[in-house]
This record gives sequence, C-alpha cells and structure tokens, in this order.
Amino acid sequence: MNFDFSDEQKQMRDAARKFLAEKCPPKAVREVLDGKATYDKALWKGLAEMGFLGVAIPEEFGGAGAGHLELCVIAEEMGRALAPVPFSSTVYLAAEALLLAGSDAQKQKWLPKIASGEAIGTLALFEGKGNPSPQAIKLSASGGTLSGVKKPVPDGAIADFAFVAARTGSTGRDADISLFLVDLKAGGVEVRSLTNIDPTHGQAELTFKNCKAEPLGAAGEGWGILTQVLDRAAVLMAFEQVGGSDRALEMGRDYALDRIAFGRPIGSFQAVKHILADMYVSATLARSNCYYGAWALSTNASELPEAAAAARISATQAFQHCSKNNIQVHGGMGFTWEFDCHMYYRRANATAVTLGSLSYWEDQLIDRMRKKNAA
Amino acid sequence: MNFDDTPQEAEFRSLARKWMEANAPKKYEAELSKSSLGRIRLEKEEIVDVGKAWQKKKAEGGWACLHWPKEYGGRGATPIEKVIWQQEEGVYGKLTQPFQIGEGMCGPTVMAFGSEEHKRHYLPKLASGEHIWCQLFSEPAGGSDVAGLRTRAEKQGDDWIINGQKIWTSGAHYSDYGLLITRTDPNVPKHKGLTMFFLDMKSKGVEVRPIKQANGMQEFNEVYFTDVVIPDHQRLGAVGDGWNVSLTTLMNERMSIGSRLATGFPEMFEFCSNLMTDDGLAIDDPAVRSKLASWAVKASGLKYTSYRAISSLSKGERPGPENSIGKLVSGTMLQDIATYAMDLEGAAGALAGADEEAASGQFQQMLLSSPSMRIAGGTDEILRNIIAERVLGLPGDIRVDKDVPFNKIPTKGR
Repeated sequence: MNFDFSDEQKQMRDAARKFLAEKCPPKAVREVLDGKATYDKALWKGLAEMGFLGVAIPEEFGGAGAGHLELCVIAEEMGRALAPVPFSSTVYLAAEALLLAGSDAQKQKWLPKIASGEAIGTLALFEGKGNPSPQAIKLSASGGTLSGVKKPVPDGAIADFAFVAARTGSTGRDADISLFLVDLKAGGVEVRSLTNIDPTHGQAELTFKNCKAEPLGAAGEGWGILTQVLDRAAVLMAFEQVGGSDRALEMGRDYALDRIAFGRPIGSFQAVKHILADMYVSATLARSNCYYGAWALSTNASELPEAAAAARISATQAFQHCSKNNIQVHGGMGFTWEFDCHMYYRRANATAVTLGSLSYWEDQLIDRMRKKNAA
Repeated sequence: MNFDDTPQEAEFRSLARKWMEANAPKKYEAELSKSSLGRIRLEKEEIVDVGKAWQKKKAEGGWACLHWPKEYGGRGATPIEKVIWQQEEGVYGKLTQPFQIGEGMCGPTVMAFGSEEHKRHYLPKLASGEHIWCQLFSEPAGGSDVAGLRTRAEKQGDDWIINGQKIWTSGAHYSDYGLLITRTDPNVPKHKGLTMFFLDMKSKGVEVRPIKQANGMQEFNEVYFTDVVIPDHQRLGAVGDGWNVSLTTLMNERMSIGSRLATGFPEMFEFCSNLMTDDGLAIDDPAVRSKLASWAVKASGLKYTSYRAISSLSKGERPGPENSIGKLVSGTMLQDIATYAMDLEGAAGALAGADEEAASGQFQQMLLSSPSMRIAGGTDEILRNIIAERVLGLPGDIRVDKDVPFNKIPTKGR
C-alpha cells in the first residue's frame, strides 16, 4: 500500500510553501483584507510563472500536465497561506468544468489563458439563499441569451468568464438545467460586489440581461456536469481547508508556548493542551479523508462522489474547529484586528458554505452511501 | 498513491491466504463475524480453549507472533508483513485476544530485558499459546499515574517478597505468567524506586478475584499478593529501573497499528437505515443524517489514518504520530452513538433484552460498556496530554511529586 503523496509531489508542496511564504505573507493578505486591492495581482502572476495555475491542465492546452495529486498539494498550501487570489474559482471550478465538458474550441480558448494567469474564471450557480439544487435555478436561457441574477458568485467581480447554470426546461427534472459559458467582458452582464465575511476573497452579484452565451456540454446535461464539477472542487477545496486547519493549529500551539500567564507558558495548562490536542485530532481526520478524496479524484474512481463528500465535511469541520479554537487559545489578543487569527476564522467560515453548506454535503454523503449499499 | 501491495507484499499475502484457506477454523466464522464490540464470546466453547488451539496451529505453521525472531517462536517478519497477516487472519484474529497482551507487551519486554536462557524458555511457549501472560501494572492508587503504584517488593536473600494489590488485570484468571511492576524503594522519588519482574501466576500467595464491572460483566480482575516469593533471576532490568522497563512495554502497546477499533458506525448506519419512526425511516430525517454524516467521516478518517500508517510501514518507515488519535476518537463515538440510537427508539430505548427491540439490545450494551473504552489503556485526558506533549511539543505538566521521596507524597485529598 502506498497511500501517500510521492516524493516529487511532496517536493512540489515544499516549493509551493516556500514560494507562498515569500510572496504571500500575512501582510499581503491584509492588503486585500483592508480593501486596498481586489486580489493580489503580483501573486497571481507569480503563481502562473511557477506553473501552479495550470498544474492539472494538459500540456496541449498550455498547462503543466502534471495531475490532480499535484494540484491537491498546491491547494493545501494556498489554504495555509490564505492566498488572496481567485485560485479556487478559476482552477477548481472553471478549469475543471472546461476539462470535463468543454468543446475543443472552448478548451483551446480558455485553458491556456487560465494557465498563464491571463483569465480568471468562475462558476455562477447560486441565486440567493440555498444549496445546490436544480429547482433553485431560475435564470433562463433562450435563443442563446441568458436573463436572470446569480449571487453569490465567488470572484465574480474580477472574473473574465463564468459558467452559468441556467433553466432550459420546466419538467421538474435535472434535465431542465444546462450550462453556459459567458465572456463577462463582452457586455450584457452587470456586476456588483457584495460585502462578505471574508474580504480576502470577493463575492459578487451578476445580473444577466439578454446576455450572449455559448453552451457548455449538451443541453439538459448541465446538472450532471455541475455535480461532477462540485465533487472535484470539493476535494480540492478540502485540501485548502486542511492547509488552513494546520496553520491555525500551529498558530495556537506557538502562542501557547510563548505566552506566559500565572508564571508559566499557557501551553502547560491541561485546559489549553486539550483544546490543541482536539484541534490536532480534527485536522488529522480531515487530512486522512482528503487523501482518500485525492486518490479518488486523481484516478477518477467510482468512489469519488462519496470520497469527495467525506473530505468536504471533514475538512469543513476541522477548519471551523481549528480556527475558532485558535482564537480561544490566543484569548483577547485573538480577537484583535492586528492578530491574524480572525483571517483564518473568516476564511474557514466562508469556505464552509461556498460550494454548498455543511448540511448539504452531509445530506449528499448519506445519499451516496445508501446508493452504494443498495447497489 | 495507490492501495496495492508491492510484489513482495503480494507474494506474502498469497502465502498467508493459502495457509488460512487450508487451516482456518471455519466453524466459528459466523459467530466471530457477529461479535464486533467488546469481549468475544462463543456460544458453546470457551474462547481461551479455542484460542489456544488456534494459536498452536498458527505457531506450527509459522504464523504466530510474526514480528518476533524465529528463535523465540516468531517468523522474523517485517511490520508490514504483520499487518498483512492480520488482514488475512480477519475475524479469526479475535480468537487471539487472550494472547495479545503477551505478544504485544510482555513478550517484547522479556525480549528486551530477560536473560537469553529465559527468552529461549518462555517466549516460544508464549508464542505457541501454551502459556498466557498478563500485565500487572495498574493499582487502585495508580491508574493514569502508574508510577504511583504501591505494591512492595523487598529483597530477602536471592529472592524478593511481594505484597500488595493490582487491579484491572485482563485475563489474570487464566494467565500462567504475569509481568509485574513493583516498588522496591519508597525513599526515593516515585519513578526511581520501581523494579520489574515476571512471575508464575500459580505462585503461593497470588489471589485473583474477578471485578464486577459497571456494565454487570466480569472481564477484569484484582490480583492480591501476600508474601509472594519471586527469585531474583526473574527480575527484568536493574533494581530501580522499572519505570524505563515499563516504557518499553507501553510503547509496544501503542504500536498496535492496523488493528481496527470499533466505532459503532456500521451498526448505527444499518440501524438508522431500517428504523421506522412516525415520520418515516430514521435515515430520511435531516437531523439523523447530519449526525450520521459526522460519524461517517470520523470512521473513514480513522480508517484512512491507519492506511497512512500502514503505508509508512510498507516503505520501511516509522509511522507518524497520527495513529495516537484512534482510541480517543472511537471511545467517545461509541458512547455518543449508543446514546443517540436509544434516543431514536424513544421510551423503548431503555429496554435491553435481546428480543425486545429491532437493534437487539446492542446499543444498550454499547452504552453500558463504552465508559471503559474512554478509560482503559490511557484515559481520554491522558491521550490528549500525550498528543499535546509528544506530537505538538507543549510542555509537560508541572509535577509536584517529581522530586519528593515516594513515602512523603500525600495519599489523601481531603
């Protein structure tokens, strides 16, 4: 059994960590947090130069052609560094949708631009409150144009193109939904930035008014494609969450070692130690579930739907748990703007609901386990 | 990343599988498969007798105590081969329960500290199941604080005279030998005055009394020592070095990788899939699904954590500290699952008879047994300390008794 990343993949993780430590220190994250930039453009360019944006994109489309295991280790580091760039929208959602369902022309047009950092992509799925569901999609498509409103759209305000889930039928079935590719710079879309709990990662409302769009995949197959894209993104996002969990745990551990109260390091009190031990437990469970998700993703295994849901749930729980208890270990200082704890807390709770909330994925996991048991 | 055996591993697995096919005591298969939680019981036969026969057969085939050297009754196998064997032994591994403490803890301690003569005399008989060993560490005054033990050993000529009491000794009533830690010097700080021995459990002055547990069962014992004589050559390690010797024993306890701990999840998933409530199947209720999903990812998290450890073994590396989370996660899970299953049964959840309810009393038994899972082999709190100190590198507790002579340490709270 070799249920681990290869030495080459670990070297790639180390390279990504080193690169991000240098190019994406907390100071850089704060530039976006404080509203001085919409995203870190220099970092985005650097990620492209390192080949990280196209790591899982085949060489024929301008990528490095490495694979999804390589992308997983980079995702972990992006989460660890809280990188304030549209990586998840562009790479986990847009690139994956193109790879899964794009025509050759669509791939030729957009994938090289993703790999080179020239184009930012995203997925416009949600229409207000609620989790992914075909019934919730009202935005309509007719005669090659879209009309309706999508929100929240991750990185919608800075994206160059988006995949849009639209209603093309009214039978009440999944086949009512089709996917479209929209060039957001071509006109017909109104963009409004939305306030959200994690300003290091923007959210937007996109209003489509008879906006020109081209189909992605066959008509009526949108929901099937979306489900697969969400599963793939769930694994990758889970690696970001695990990276964030680990960093929050380290921050808490380091503070507990340095901070003296009652004449000794607070890390010598069992009340504090046990909080940190529990953080380690949740981060470890999440990491192991993520490895299984990575295996399923990279081999396109039939277990992917179940593995993706498990990774997503476990990593969401771990990041929420670690980021809130990191603040707790820091005490009052953890609740200041100056300390970085809140940036992890914000990211943890924002990523917990993007791609669908915890309860959505819990529901999915049980459905998928039942299906497997019935089969 | 893959789940495949290396060619050598595959060859070893096929060897083990062939031997199992020819030799496994298949008539117990159904009964062993059913009993997933707690101690194993067989309907018509004593587990110790059946276990001894199985262990003997394994030893004859070269499949007992695999990782021990051949001259002591083992196979000289690598850690990964041991894991593969466990996988192939499958449910029949439950038959080896009476030998686990001997194989995992007592044997390795004798191997590290015993004389060559003792090793050649005792270890092969332990490996072949002829002798069962128990571990006499815990005391009424020394549970988590093992070094606080009070059983005395006093030198008399070439012998030691033992007086005191041990508790929570699994299998003492059917054991032939025991690994015993004692206090030989109460005038020095507690860790420094300990000495390790092994003894014949049939020695004069050894009395084994079963403990009736909170769940009504009797699985552990108290062992009393009254003027028990142990010859000095049965001492393991130097006089006063018993604490270091015991660390070898306990380290081996924690190395049990690949042995899957029960979490209660498969039972709970099946229960919820079939339980009809007023609102339909329990598993269709969002509240139930949410809880099930959280337990599902804990169970899968543990499974894949052990796969990561197995992968390290396969590469010839030492597994990382991840495996220390197993008992901490599964103990609480068992308790929570039992409580929730009963909640779903409503008032009938209190009924514990095997024929009363759909789940045949299994969750009620789980409820009553699960407190011990959070205590035995290291309490949840001790495990958290271990993770915090050895994995995260946090400072050890301030120990007020560290430099105090043992006989000056207070023995009463108030």
